[in-house]
Amino acid sequence: MSLETIMGPIKGLGVTLRTMLAEPKVTVSYPEERLELTPRYRGMHELRLYEDGSEVCVGCSLCAAACPADCIFVEGAEEENEGRERYAKQYMINYSRCIFCGYCVEACPVDAIGMTKVMQDLTMSNRWNAVWDKDALVANFKRRLAEEQGTPNPSLVSQTASKRHGAISQ
Amino acid sequence: MIHYLMTDNGIWAFLARVMAKIIIVLIFMLLLCVPMLIYMERRVMASMQARIGPNRVGPFGLLQPYADGLKLFMKEDITPTGVDKIVYYAAPMVLLIPAVTAFAVIPFGTGPHHGTAIAPNTNIGLLFAFAAMSVSVYGIVLAGWASNNKYSLLGALRSSAQMISYELALSLSVIGVLMLSGTLNLVEIIHQQQLPLFLGSEGLLSHFKNWFIFKQPVAFVIYMIAAFAETARIPFDLPEAEGELVAGYHTEYSSMKFATFFMAEYAFVVAHSAIAVSLFFGGWSGPLLPGAFWFLGKLFAIIFFFMWVRSTLPRFRYDQLMNFGWKILLPVGLLNLFLTGIGIVLFQR
Repeated sequence: MSLETIMGPIKGLGVTLRTMLAEPKVTVSYPEERLELTPRYRGMHELRLYEDGSEVCVGCSLCAAACPADCIFVEGAEEENEGRERYAKQYMINYSRCIFCGYCVEACPVDAIGMTKVMQDLTMSNRWNAVWDKDALVANFKRRLAEEQGTPNPSLVSQTASKRHGAISQ
Repeated sequence: MIHYLMTDNGIWAFLARVMAKIIIVLIFMLLLCVPMLIYMERRVMASMQARIGPNRVGPFGLLQPYADGLKLFMKEDITPTGVDKIVYYAAPMVLLIPAVTAFAVIPFGTGPHHGTAIAPNTNIGLLFAFAAMSVSVYGIVLAGWASNNKYSLLGALRSSAQMISYELALSLSVIGVLMLSGTLNLVEIIHQQQLPLFLGSEGLLSHFKNWFIFKQPVAFVIYMIAAFAETARIPFDLPEAEGELVAGYHTEYSSMKFATFFMAEYAFVVAHSAIAVSLFFGGWSGPLLPGAFWFLGKLFAIIFFFMWVRSTLPRFRYDQLMNFGWKILLPVGLLNLFLTGIGIVLFQR
C-alpha cells in the first residue's frame, strides 16, 4: 500500500468539501428563477399583426404545406370590403402533433407566423385543448410584444387559456 | 409524582423510569432522528454535488422525509407467492430491533442526581451494544432466505459475509480502548476521558485532552472503516449497490417493510456513531453547555463524516473488500493491540 492509496481518498474528501462550501449551486429553482433561453428558441407560435391591428396572414396555406407533422389547418377567405384581399378565416395549430421544427416560419411569404419562447402554457388535461385557434395565437404575439416593452402581463396567460377553452367548447 | 418517579429506588419507579427512557429513545430514533438524517443526508450530498436538494416541502424542505414516509405507507404491500410468511414478516423487525436495542446502553448525557440518560447503567454496556448489533446479521440472512428468490439469497450471503468479516476488525479496534480503560461500562469510559491529564490542568482544555482518539488514533481509523462496512454504506455498500443494482437481500420487500430496512440502516449509522463518540470523543464531556448538547453535537459531526465519505468515494469491488478486511484491517488491528499492550506496560506501571 503506497502513500498514494492513502492520500487519494483524503484528496477526494477535500474536493467534496470545497464543492460543498462553494456557491453558487448549478440548480435553478424553476418557477422562481428561469434560465435565459437562446434568441432562436422555438416555442409556441405567434400570429403577427400590423401596427394598425390588422392581421398579416394572407391565408395562403404554405405553412400547412411545409409542415412535416401536418398540424396546421388554414381556411382562407376573400373579403374585398375590409381593405384586404385575402385572409385566414380559420387558423389552427394542433400542438399534440407539432414538432416545433420551424418550417412554417421559413415557408411563410409574408412573415405572418413566428415562434415565441413560451413553452410552459402547453399543459392540458384534454387532447382537444391542444388545438390552438387564431385568437390564442394572436394573443401569444400580443403578450410577447407586451413583455418586450417591459410590461410583462402574466394575466394574459390565463386569458388566452380561457379563451381557447371557450372557443373549443363551442 | 414526578419527583417520586425520579428519585425512588423501588422496583416500580425503576421500571417506570426505564419505560420512559425506552419510549423517549424510540420516539427520538424513529420519528425525529431517522427523518432528520435522511433530510440531512440529502441536503449534504446535494451541496457536495453542487445541487440544492429537497427544499419545497415545509420550511427548507424539512418535512420531505415525512412526505416520503407517508408515500411509503400508501404503497401496496406486496407479499410474493412462495415466501415463508412468518420469517418474511419478521426479518425487517429482526434487523431494526437490535439497532434500537443498542441505544439502551448509550449514554446520551448526564441527567439529574448524576444519573445518565440511559435505561440501565450496566457494567457490560459496550458488550451489550455489540452483541445486540451483531444479531442484525440474522435479519439480513432471514430476509434473503424467506424471500424465496435466488438473487435475494445471494445478496443476503454477500451482506452477511461482509458484516461478519468486518465485525472482527470492529471488535479488535474497540479492544484497544478497553485495554486502556479497563472497563466495558460506557459511562465509566466517558468518565475516564473527563479526567484531567495531570493535577491542576483543569480548564477548557481538560475537556478533550483525555479523549481516547489521541491515545488510540489507529483504533479510531479501523473503527470508522469497519463501521462503514457494518452499516453497508459507501464505500462498502455492496449489499445494496443502489447505484446500479435493484437491491440485495431486500429485493422482494415493498412498502413499509422496505422502509423498515431503510430505517434500520440509519439506526445503525446512529448507533455506530454514538459508540464512536463514547469511546473516542469523550461522550457528553464539554465545557459550559449541557452534556446532551455536546453528545448530540459530536454525534452529528460523525454522522456528517459518514455522509461526506458517501459523496466522495467509489465502491470497493467484492474481492477488494475481502482483501482489505482480512489482509489489512485485521493485521493492523492486531498490531495496534500489541503496541497498546507494550505502551501500557511501559507507561502505566
